[in-house]
Amino acid sequence: MVARDPAPLEAEAARLRARGGTVHAIAGDLGRPEDARSIAAQATALVGRIGLLVHNASTLGALPMPALADTRAEDLQAVLEVNLVGPFRLTQALLGGLALGQGGTVLHVSSDAAIEAYPGWGAYSISKAALDHLSRLWAAELEGAGVRVLSVDPGEMHTRMHADAVPDADPSTLADPNEVAGRIIGLLEDPAGAPSGARVAAAKWEVAA
Amino acid sequence: MSAAIQWKAAAAPRSVEEQRLLVVDPLAGVSFTTAARRLPELLHPGDLVVVNDAATLPASLPVRTESGRRHELRVATAGGPAGWWVVLLGEGDWRTPTEQRPAPDPLDEGDAITLPDGAHAIVMERSPGSPRLLRVDWGRSDAAVLALLYRYGRPVQYSYLRRDLRVEDVQTPFGVRPWAVEMPSASRPLDWAALHALRRRGIGLATLTHAAGLSATGDDALDAQLPLPERYAIPTRTAEAIARTHARGGLVLAVGTTVVRALEGNALAHRGRLVGGEGTTDLIIDQAFIPRVVDGLLSGVHEPGTSHHRVVSAFAPPKLVDTAHTQAAAAGLLVHEFGDATLVMPGVAHVAAAVA
Repeated sequence: MVARDPAPLEAEAARLRARGGTVHAIAGDLGRPEDARSIAAQATALVGRIGLLVHNASTLGALPMPALADTRAEDLQAVLEVNLVGPFRLTQALLGGLALGQGGTVLHVSSDAAIEAYPGWGAYSISKAALDHLSRLWAAELEGAGVRVLSVDPGEMHTRMHADAVPDADPSTLADPNEVAGRIIGLLEDPAGAPSGARVAAAKWEVAA
Repeated sequence: MSAAIQWKAAAAPRSVEEQRLLVVDPLAGVSFTTAARRLPELLHPGDLVVVNDAATLPASLPVRTESGRRHELRVATAGGPAGWWVVLLGEGDWRTPTEQRPAPDPLDEGDAITLPDGAHAIVMERSPGSPRLLRVDWGRSDAAVLALLYRYGRPVQYSYLRRDLRVEDVQTPFGVRPWAVEMPSASRPLDWAALHALRRRGIGLATLTHAAGLSATGDDALDAQLPLPERYAIPTRTAEAIARTHARGGLVLAVGTTVVRALEGNALAHRGRLVGGEGTTDLIIDQAFIPRVVDGLLSGVHEPGTSHHRVVSAFAPPKLVDTAHTQAAAAGLLVHEFGDATLVMPGVAHVAAAVA
């Protein structure tokens, strides 16, 4: 697990370890160009071989989210750095192990804002649309190299990020992130279900019994 | 060998597009130069290319000894069974040739080294081979040492380059395991476009990891012992791919002397048979060495007298190697880590003629 703030990261790692999991926590910021190689090196040293890389780090940018016309170019750049360039750098740093090794999976967490042009979602929406295309391009270039690259739209979930974006949303209309995570695991465990390059809506993906 | 040959090193890392390739075919007994970009066309479908997937650490760290003097610490071995060995260099511009740097403080077991984040590493052992080669306890986990190196370290620098190297400059495109302290630079002609081209031609790709070590320490006695024993890991699937390649009559190309050392060292340790797995090799390869696993070598261009040149000489007759290098010098090919490339591979002249 990688996150910016060491204290909550370690707390979460400890919670998962107490439940019997093997968890390594690495403090790092995907928005900082120099962190990607450090994260990749630490993760490889700790785990040995990275077989699955999940890009779920993401930012909305300035809050409340401004209209595109009011968005500062620097803020758009900062959002792209975290949501698009950071995942690109990290995949690139781990690519040797994925594409020349035993293969593996790269999963990008997308959003329906990647498809729909919702007014007021400018920087985030642009970054997620580009992330979807990054996913497709990796898949196209790595065809035959044993790497499965997917983009998953988790749908609207009851998370802090959603509350930041839509403070007055009715929580009862939002999906439980645990339930969505279960669906994504089902997707990963079914290699026939979604071919490399696919964009999958988690809500439409049935969890295999 | 002509003493009149003037070798030049690259002032800045050459890109794949700029790189020239010295091709030596010991089967045909010929050599020629071409563009490094053409490398994939020179190999036969069914051949196997084995690369070193070690990532290169920012292995150079600014430290202070207990006297307060500044030193450069260079990681020599990045953990593993041997532990963390480091070399200390005296104060001075790190781009001054290492042999012109002042001697480091003589440290002993138990001495502290102040790290850039204020914490200390403790000297656990001094090598009998050199007083500046030390085993240290960093007082933190291996992953935390890596975090320290990436935060405060820089790649080992080369005095012949015009500009400082950044971490990005010393990575191979497929480097992933943080084991190397200097770049496995033979891989430089192999960007992903070249790897994809190889795959499309039906040429196999396989990896191993070899902890490419320091090329200079500033201590003549220690430099004479280089390369030090180096750690490697050969995946079972790579050993199997090599066996399959040979069974079908294909050839195995080692990318870099590190790959040769790992494969041949592993085979020597197992009665001539490559079995794979992890190990350490102190194998020195020269003209007299008969490779059992590797058929060809992709490397940099190395002037006669260097240890890398001796490795090249294991793959082709001395007269051909001499002729090829005279040709390379005349063509202005550049030596050292960031210059041009050499391919020694039986049968490539035939392919080159066919595609010409």
